[in-house]
Amino acid sequence: MTSVRDASVGKRRGRVAPTSGLRPRPPAAGGAGARARGWRSVKRLWIYVVLVLGAIPTMLPFVWLIRSALMNDNQIFIAPPQWIPRPFEWSNFSGALTAQPFGRYFINTMIIEVFTIIGTVLTCSIAAFSFARLRWRGRNVVFAILLSSVMLPYAVTLIPTFVMWRTLGALDTFIPLTVPAFFGGAGGGVFSIFLLRQFFLTIPFELDEAAYIDGATPWKVFWTIVMPLSRPAIIVVVIFTFIGVWNDFLGPLLYLSDEENYTLALGLASFQGIYTAQWGYLMAASAAVIAPIIALFFFLQRYFIEGVTLTGIKG
Amino acid sequence: MTSAVSERPTGTRVRRRRRMSGQSRLELRWGIGMALPAILGFLIFTIGPMLASFFFSLTDWTIGASPRFIGFDNYRMLWNDELFWKSLSVTTYYTLGAVPLVLVLGFVLALLLNQKVRGLSYWRTIYYLPTLVPSIASAVLWIWIFNPDFGLLNSLLRQAGLPTSQWIYSETAVVPSLIIMSSWGFGNAMVIFLAGLQGVPRQLYEAVSIDGGGAWQRFRHVTLPMMTPTIFYNLVTGVIGTFQVFNQAYVMTQGGPNNASLFYIYYLYRTAFTESQMGYASALAWVLFMIIMVVTFMLFRNARRWVYYEMAGAR
Repeated sequence: MTSVRDASVGKRRGRVAPTSGLRPRPPAAGGAGARARGWRSVKRLWIYVVLVLGAIPTMLPFVWLIRSALMNDNQIFIAPPQWIPRPFEWSNFSGALTAQPFGRYFINTMIIEVFTIIGTVLTCSIAAFSFARLRWRGRNVVFAILLSSVMLPYAVTLIPTFVMWRTLGALDTFIPLTVPAFFGGAGGGVFSIFLLRQFFLTIPFELDEAAYIDGATPWKVFWTIVMPLSRPAIIVVVIFTFIGVWNDFLGPLLYLSDEENYTLALGLASFQGIYTAQWGYLMAASAAVIAPIIALFFFLQRYFIEGVTLTGIKG
Repeated sequence: MTSAVSERPTGTRVRRRRRMSGQSRLELRWGIGMALPAILGFLIFTIGPMLASFFFSLTDWTIGASPRFIGFDNYRMLWNDELFWKSLSVTTYYTLGAVPLVLVLGFVLALLLNQKVRGLSYWRTIYYLPTLVPSIASAVLWIWIFNPDFGLLNSLLRQAGLPTSQWIYSETAVVPSLIIMSSWGFGNAMVIFLAGLQGVPRQLYEAVSIDGGGAWQRFRHVTLPMMTPTIFYNLVTGVIGTFQVFNQAYVMTQGGPNNASLFYIYYLYRTAFTESQMGYASALAWVLFMIIMVVTFMLFRNARRWVYYEMAGAR
């Protein structure tokens, strides 16, 4: 307890004078002498050993996925498992992806993606702008109530929402999967509002004031000042919305019944139900569903990590 | 930040005050207008369905027929429903296994990566990659990994001369198997922990070193207390998330064998959409809602004892 209090004092002091000659050297106690250095390098070696040992089981499922996706049925069932496909059975991919209309599933998924992303970005960012940069009575209460819905189990809204769409005759269309996005993203949209609001708060308020004095409307401030400065946050929201739609299973499962309307996740699950033991096909189809997300990650890695930490730390 | 405008020094009082009140009326109008989609979405897709599902839970209602009011009979029936208790215990078992495992793995790896290792971003990518795999693709992949005859795990165990397991096809092993599978996705918690660790002010560690403290003291009296808010965040989101697992049960086990993986939401889904007992399923949903509320409340209450929040001046 006392140490904690000391700690916060230390921190405060550090904040005041952040450049008080504190170089980023390893914080080791009194570490002079070759023996201490030797011990430290042994310790560092152990860190790398553990990291490698941890990386093996983490990567092994991927290796298993890829090697199975590229093997023919003769090789896949050999008893001590083989690791190098011989020959490389690329036809698993063409076979699996034409056995069911995965092209159609992809188009369906992308249609839902486009509408969901547009709706989420638009309505979440205007809401976040209102919560961050416009002052009105009850603003913080409304925001707190919205935020509290993160804790809500989705099951409690599931059945009435389903009944509502059924009554409106919207089953087996993309409407139940896209329209909620235009109302503050619904469900997962609260995270987007939160994230955008955090970001909007960091933009200097003097910019707004100057614009208001020139007679600008809040919409103009939002559209010409805040949005152009918030590209990183918007990219994070787009990425996470994209992944949310791509991975969503329960939504399509409930609302889409005609195979023509299936999304990739739903299509993959039904594929698995039909081709139960065709592991080459199944792994090829899975790899095809995984690959775009991994590719997206490698192109936009910075935003991924930023997004995860932004929602995590400030919570 | 709320008072960015009103705090300005007051010159030319009268005219400015009139303009300010015009400004605040403008902000009120626009503020509510811009938050309106999100507020409407909250009413239509969260609060409305939530209340509706409570009313549904007081009825005997199979879809197609008209609902019949039966008071709290559904809840009484739940009390005597063996499958309800089974699903509750299965879900609790899973949560108690998966959440601590993911937290410990994430925390340990984050600590290691925080030791100024070379190639930090590569290590982080390796450990984060599994969390990107869409859950349906992950489920399909792990069915194959768990395959008792030719799957990855049993193949490796057999090669090492160790006893094999029936994994998800065994009543006793199915939940532990799914816990192992969930631990594959510890990367998300790890990234959040890592960001938290990087936010611990270096001066604190130096202060401990100056007082003659070693690595253990630094960990015990600086790292751990400073990380408690992050640990708490990961704990709460982890518990809420694992209580609502569905996809694995649907795709991998269908709740089997012999209901050994009958997760709560899967049971709810089956009741509502296979047996179309909307009233009874709504009661299940409300019980889950109350359980999650109670658990979250207890976690928050308990948090006061061990979570350290910086006092004023945190910003």
